[in-house]
Order: sequence, then C-alpha cells, then structure tokens
Amino acid sequence: MIGIVDYGMGNLRSVQKGFERVGTEARIVSTPEAIAESTGVVLPGVGAFGDAMTNLKQSDLVDPIVKSVSEGVPFLGICLGLQLLFAQSEELGSHRGLDILPGKVRRFPEGQRIPQIGWNQIHKRQDNPLLEGVPDGAYFYFVHSFYVDADRDSDVVATTDYDIDYCSIAGQDRFFGVQFHPEKSQDAGLRVLKNFSDIVSSDGGVA
Amino acid sequence: MLAKRIIPCLDVKNGRNVRGVKFSADMDAGDPIDLARRYDEEGADELVFYDITASAEKREIVGELVRRVSEQVFIPFTVGGGVRTIEDIRTIIEGGAEKASINSAALRNPEVVTQGAERFGSQAVVGSLDAIRRTNEDGVWWEVVIDGGRKPTGRDAIEWAEELVDLGAGELVLNSIDADGTKDGYDVELTRTVADRVDVPIVASGGCGGPDHMLDVLQDGHASAALAASIFHYEQHSIPEVKQYLLDRGVLMRPKLDLGV
Repeated sequence: MIGIVDYGMGNLRSVQKGFERVGTEARIVSTPEAIAESTGVVLPGVGAFGDAMTNLKQSDLVDPIVKSVSEGVPFLGICLGLQLLFAQSEELGSHRGLDILPGKVRRFPEGQRIPQIGWNQIHKRQDNPLLEGVPDGAYFYFVHSFYVDADRDSDVVATTDYDIDYCSIAGQDRFFGVQFHPEKSQDAGLRVLKNFSDIVSSDGGVA
Repeated sequence: MLAKRIIPCLDVKNGRNVRGVKFSADMDAGDPIDLARRYDEEGADELVFYDITASAEKREIVGELVRRVSEQVFIPFTVGGGVRTIEDIRTIIEGGAEKASINSAALRNPEVVTQGAERFGSQAVVGSLDAIRRTNEDGVWWEVVIDGGRKPTGRDAIEWAEELVDLGAGELVLNSIDADGTKDGYDVELTRTVADRVDVPIVASGGCGGPDHMLDVLQDGHASAALAASIFHYEQHSIPEVKQYLLDRGVLMRPKLDLGV
C-alpha cells in the first residue's frame, strides 16, 4: 500500500483523500517500519525546510526514505517533499536535505509576489510516466517561496515560469518530486496521483 | 505564467450556506458542500468559506465542514470567520484547508498570526482586513474596522496591511465595507494602494457586481485574485462566463480541464 509520510509538516489528509478519489487506498505512515513496508512512498509537506529535516531526523525517517528510493520503490515528494530531495537549501540559513538529487533550493528573486500562490502552467521537458495524459501547459496549484535549482538537466521533468523558468517537477522513472499540490489541482492533479498509483501497481505491488 | 484567480465566497453558519448583504445574514441557501462542488465543476480557482457560527461548538462545526469539503473538492480553500487562536488555525489546516484567514483576532492578538505562520507556514495564514474609506484634510485614508465591520479601530488600513505581512501573513484579503453588498465595484484604489506596498498576493473583496468589476480590480487594482459571492450565488453570472470575459480582455485565466478522473 502507498504510505503517506507523517512527520508533522502539514496537510496529509487532502493527499489521502486525493488518492481515494482516484480509487487508491493510501495510509498515513510515521515509522521506519511502515515506510519499509510501503509499496510507494509519498512525502508531502508545507512549511520550513530546516524544520522538516529536523522532524525527519528526530523520527528516524531519513534513512528509511533514502533506502526506499535507492531500492526503486516509487516515491512522490509534494511541495516541500520535492525540495527535500535535493542536497541543500538556502532557506533561513543553510540546511542539508535528503541529498538524493544534486542541486539547491533557492528563494525566488525579488520582483514577483512572494509566495507564489495560485495556478501556473507546467512545460514538459521530458516524457515521464507521471505526466501520462496530462497536456503540456496544464495548470496546477502552487504555493511556495523557494524553488529547486537542479544541477542536472536530466533530473528536470517539467518547468514553470514565474519570472524565472524553474524546475516544477524533478525526478527519474521511479521517483518524483512536484512543486505543486496535486491534491488541490483538480483534474490535472488527480491525474498525476492516478499515474503515480499506476506506477506503484505496475510494480506488481498492490497500490 | 501565473493565472489570476476567481474565488467564490460561501458564507456558512452551523454548517449551512447563508448569504448576507452588508453582513446581515438573512438567507439560507442550502448545503455548502453542494455549492462548493458546483463552483469547483464550473472552474473556480479557489474557495473561501466564511463561517459565522456563533456557538460554543464552533470549532467542531468548522472542523466538520472542512473535513467534508476536503473529501469532495480538490481545489484549494480558505476558512475564515472568528478564527482566534492557534488551535482554530490547526483545526482548519489539519482538516484539509490550505489557509486560515484571520481578521479581528489579528488586531487584538497579533502574535496569533506569527504563531500560525511559524507552525504551518506563511502560506497557510491569510490576513483579512475590513476597511472603510475616510476623508480628512490630507485626503483619503482607510480605517480598519473589526467585528464584522461594526467596530472602528482608528488604525490605518495600509499600515495594518504592511504589519500583517511583517507578522507572517502570506496573503491578504482586502474587504471594502463601503463597497460590500453594493455591487457597484471593488474599491480599486484601496486594493492598488496596498498591492503596491506589499509583496504578498492580494485578494480583492467587496462590491463585485459583474466581470467588469473584476477586470478593474485585477488590472488597475493590481490584485492577484478577485473574490465574489452573490453574483455567483444567485447565478447572475457564471464562473465560465466571467473567466471568458476576462480572458478576452487579456487577463490570464486557468481553463477548466476535464481529464475524466
């Protein structure tokens, strides 16, 4: 079953309800054992990067998450969950992330309203199973002040334009991070959750 | 590019939909979940629930509403109305809303804005502000009023808006009490004055009588979003019609996407 990681950083219920809507049962998990048992791992989260890493460490969840990703268990990071995939954040000082992808989390430059709040478009940079059936230019709901600056173009699945073009979906074939909130992005977002759930079940695991 | 947002507002009391004019809640128009779903299906970008329940069980009633909405509506929503404490904010956010909106309580107890932002992030805390236009020898100014528009505070609305952002609010809703319920248009000058002073997104509220008013406040008022209640509620204008009107005039709008999920 898909496990949604509870580490005290925000709204898990909406994500769970989003999966339910697309016919997938997902449960809230908060222990290393429960993460290890999950056939897919979802790391949601809103709030501060430093607090999130502190909470993950205190709950001993860093190693289980990294291990699960390295073993090829499908992973979906949402919002802060995308940012945590990266090596480092400059949010309120400097913090180390999960360091699964090389790159930095940076604050949006001055000149636009911060946080970015609202519906913005994604532009596909690669074909990816997570975006199956989602048209290029589809709108998703974003809420964030920081964005990921990936070192490798090959990790950038889609970009979004908010004065700068930034990476709004990062990942590979089996692990992904999305800057937007799929659980709040209506049909486009539900389709992403459905696709993730299909990736999990195509493993032979039960989604 | 970021689209401008169209936000229907639902007034609720004891879990039922109420629509008030000039804050006198006098008409029950059904189940807020049904209305929310209708707005969602029509392409609303976000919803605001303004809860006017006055009872000892208010938090439980609001919590139940939030949970029901989040099970059925997959767009962002904000809950406001009588939000006073960090526990109120927690009920709203953990129930599945994106944002809790704080109005009078922010003025009485500014720390609650900061506590909410520290605990749930700035994006989860909306500073909501009711303002009345005043004139003095120096010209126009706006006074903050609280308690549903009844109580003047002597505070300058522009300064208070800036302070709300400093305290941690990630978005502001500006409601003109003069315009509220008139359908004569938003207070564009108030909206623009605040929008040009702060970096966070501004949601304009109060006075919407049609899509032309939204055009004014989104373009000339520099608002990121336009909130309206009765024009949608009483079906004077539909959301698709409003969005098409704005799109035709160069305002970026999110099209409703039907992917059959």
